[in-house]
Amino acid sequence: MREPRWLPWARWVGLGLLTLFTVTPLYVMATTAIKPLQDVQGDFNWIPTRISLAPFADMWSTVPLAKYFGNSLVVSSVAALISVTVAVFAAYAISRFRFPGRRVFSITVLSTQMFPGILFLLPLFMIYVNLGTAIGVELYASRLGLIITYLTFSLPFSIWMLVGYFDSIPTALDEAAQVDGSGPIGALLRVVIPAAIPGIVAVAIYAFMTAWGEVLFASVMTDENSRTLAVGLQGYATENDVYWNQIMAASLVVSVPVVAGFLLLQRYLVQGLTAGAVK
Amino acid sequence: MVVSTTSRPGGGREQGARGGAPPSAGGRRRNGLLPVRLRRLGLPYLLILPALLLELLVHLVPMVIGIGMSFLQLTQFFLRNWSAAPFAGLSNYRVAVDVNSAVGRSLFHSFLVTIAFTLITVALAWLLGIAGAVLMQGSFRGRGVLRALFLVPYALPVYAGVITWSFLLQRDSGLVNHVLVDQLHLFGERPFWLIGENSFISVVVVSVWRWWPFAFLVLMAGLQNIPSDLYEASAIDGAGWGRQLRSVTLPLLRPVNQVLVLVLFLWTFNDFNTPYVLFGKTAPRDADLISVHIYQSSFVTWNFGSGSAMSVLLLLFLLLVTAVYLVITSRRRSDA
Amino acid sequence: MRIRKPYLLAAAGALVLAASACGGDNSSKGGGSTGAAEQTITYWASNQGTSLENDKEVLKPELDRFTKETGIKVNLEVVPWSDLLNRILAATTSGKGPDVVNIGNTWSASLQATGAFVPFDDNQLAALGGKDRFLGPSLAATGAPGQPPTAVPIYGMTYGLFYNKKMFKEAGIDKPPATWDELIADGKKLTKDGKWGLAVEGASVSENSHHAFIFGQQHGADLFDSAGKAHFDSPQEVAAIKQYLDLMADAKIVNPSNAEYANGTEAVQDFVSGKAGMLMWQSIATQLKQAGWTEDDYGLAPIPLPDASSGGKQVNAMVAGINLAVFKSAKNQDGALKFVKFMTSKETEQNLNKAYGSLPTVKDAYDDPAFSSETIKTFQQILGTTAAPLPQVAQESQFETLVGNAMNQMFADAASGKPITEDYVKGKLTEANQQMGG
Repeated sequence: MREPRWLPWARWVGLGLLTLFTVTPLYVMATTAIKPLQDVQGDFNWIPTRISLAPFADMWSTVPLAKYFGNSLVVSSVAALISVTVAVFAAYAISRFRFPGRRVFSITVLSTQMFPGILFLLPLFMIYVNLGTAIGVELYASRLGLIITYLTFSLPFSIWMLVGYFDSIPTALDEAAQVDGSGPIGALLRVVIPAAIPGIVAVAIYAFMTAWGEVLFASVMTDENSRTLAVGLQGYATENDVYWNQIMAASLVVSVPVVAGFLLLQRYLVQGLTAGAVK
Repeated sequence: MVVSTTSRPGGGREQGARGGAPPSAGGRRRNGLLPVRLRRLGLPYLLILPALLLELLVHLVPMVIGIGMSFLQLTQFFLRNWSAAPFAGLSNYRVAVDVNSAVGRSLFHSFLVTIAFTLITVALAWLLGIAGAVLMQGSFRGRGVLRALFLVPYALPVYAGVITWSFLLQRDSGLVNHVLVDQLHLFGERPFWLIGENSFISVVVVSVWRWWPFAFLVLMAGLQNIPSDLYEASAIDGAGWGRQLRSVTLPLLRPVNQVLVLVLFLWTFNDFNTPYVLFGKTAPRDADLISVHIYQSSFVTWNFGSGSAMSVLLLLFLLLVTAVYLVITSRRRSDA
Repeated sequence: MRIRKPYLLAAAGALVLAASACGGDNSSKGGGSTGAAEQTITYWASNQGTSLENDKEVLKPELDRFTKETGIKVNLEVVPWSDLLNRILAATTSGKGPDVVNIGNTWSASLQATGAFVPFDDNQLAALGGKDRFLGPSLAATGAPGQPPTAVPIYGMTYGLFYNKKMFKEAGIDKPPATWDELIADGKKLTKDGKWGLAVEGASVSENSHHAFIFGQQHGADLFDSAGKAHFDSPQEVAAIKQYLDLMADAKIVNPSNAEYANGTEAVQDFVSGKAGMLMWQSIATQLKQAGWTEDDYGLAPIPLPDASSGGKQVNAMVAGINLAVFKSAKNQDGALKFVKFMTSKETEQNLNKAYGSLPTVKDAYDDPAFSSETIKTFQQILGTTAAPLPQVAQESQFETLVGNAMNQMFADAASGKPITEDYVKGKLTEANQQMGG
């Protein structure tokens, strides 16, 4: 592609502004986390005058952060894992089979993206309580309940993206496998899934992030033992003081694993989107 | 392996499932015995069963119950025993849409605020996204780093990112006023960003900050999908960079945009996390987004009947918008 | 009384034991004193200390003592205020929750209306030492009048005017203000060099609604009539709220930044860090202690009363505090009631109220010298004489939300320099009023 002469300039200005917009909050998060509380409460300073690592030490005791972290990790990973598995099967059915109800199913699943969370928060909560009592498994205020909730949050987008991805894998490949004696499931496991790894990883990242960041359901459907970071972080605004530096330190710590994981795997996300959904 | 799998779809996509599936189904029918046929017929249902059950449990059944609740006078007096709640008929709806009543008026106000918020956010997020994606085309030093950096706000957990913004926007100790007032001297008096009129600007900025990386990501993927020979061909025709952008890039991105804009619209419209973390349980009037408004109408004042009615109205609106949007954009797409 | 109590308890205990024996599934464990060791109750405490962890530390020794005395283990969870109402709501709706829970006393009537809590009838109150053992005002904030309390008070609190002695001295003020004119005059003297006369929590729904009530009382406003209908926009209430807003808008003794304070802690921080000379607040003992302040540094006075001739009520505070409620759905109601008795016992009341800087709600607890400090005595006097409970009606929580929220907006406008006229205030309050049970 021929580039006009002004383009490099426009590129640096445009990208520079975008970088500034993106990075400033991150910079403030990082620098506030190492300021003593007094310096945080006064006028803002770009450069910390005094550096204190105390927020990183105190944040574990102001709020049982480690426990919430563990909960978030368990809930998000398991939700992502199950969500991906369920989505792979459903997407395979939609992509490779023509069956009555296929369209209705796809549209219904996608349309759940429109549901305002508020509408089904209370009913869902009632269902969990009653179902939990009926089958003897605690769903309300348990990590299991959260896992089930979150995995369905990411399902519609995941199925949709994987259908696109599977569609892009030539059916000749799995037909060849079926001629070799594998059933449709065998073809899925042996041909389609290996060919769709980028899409699957992308969906897993998406599912994990959805669960890691959810606030509304977490604030009603958890108790102290199942509380996740999304709710736990509110604990730094106590009756006593708002520990901004600890909030930032904790935000930093809870963000690093997701962001690092995301950045490591983002090329899969791009590939997944490229081959699948974005056609 | 990754490279080989992704390079394959590009070439063979058009002969993919769309055209290929029906004949293959026919093929199955030809050589299948009856039990096998039955099994084959049942298989797709078996495959979607887990997803269906989960969607039923978490989304569909609760939604039906929620719609049922909207016809009840479900206040604190009846929470312990829903069956005792008096049937309200359409009165919850009537109150919600009656713009002469205070409840209806404030819901309508919140609806307008949300529409404005959503349109501006989606437009800005898309603009920044396309600008970022286009400017990132080609190869230059630091491209990988920049791309990763741009994606960070999207990867960051909502509460971590938004809570940082709420700190930046503090009147006395925040960075925004430090820059605008102390360093640039744009205002004599320190403005408020978390209360009053400016709160609308704040929630838009924060929301754009969170969503533009998603637009960027999707558009970048879309750009990679545009075959380079199209650019080469148009270059031979003498098209410059701007012309290529207009005649190749943007038209070919249209299907991507169709989905991207819709998804962004729905997510932004229903976004609860951003305003909730930024403002808390009671949002300022100028940034009274509908999700928080309904949350307050149901969870803070414990009137779940009325809150459900509002949610149902919201859902109907979104269904309508989506349907109209899809009809219009699909028609244009087939015209093109 | 003292003689009757054990009998009653024994009788109640025997009844419950009999009941549980009939019930079946507990009977193998129950019967006799050994079975008690296996009992547990779940208790949701509210966040009273400096942090959730701090609350656990404060409560633990007391709960251990309870377990030792009764053999009942307590499963403690400290619930942040931001979650507490949602969690109670969840428990109410589902019938699945803790046995015992702390509630803000202003919620009493609203929660009473759900019917989720065990009412404390005279017998049960007698088991706790009788009605007369409790402070009258605190007991008045436990549910709708004429009905048995839905909860019993454990921590008493009320509003007072904290002032910074050093700042007062520097400004040449020798005593705390006794009238509103004096308060504004003092405030103006204190307001200089980036320091302000008074700090308020202008974006806090609960603080704002509390002040709407206190100021309303002083103007003779009734938020609800006897039929329970809301009148938030009466001329008296409009005048009251305008008076409160004018501290910022007109007298300019409140930093406009306070309009942004929403966490319920920032005004206190302004006071404790010397950025504001006065503060109308409940107990801030823990914050003062953390800042190293003693009674030499700060004083506490009653909030000014209105001129007796003005027609308002001689009220300058609301009865605040924490009540303890027992869920009807409690699995271990007997244990729960024992726990209530323990929490309202003299020793527990003394220990916990000392730790939290609040007032014991039972009269016999006041013999501890810790409760004879100037601050506590002033609070006690305010609570006993000029404090009134918020309207004990089911719609109280709606009042707090709607009026508090309207005041958030008005503070935002006041802070950005918009004129605060009576028509303006009335418009906002009428809007809030119309949203009540429309």
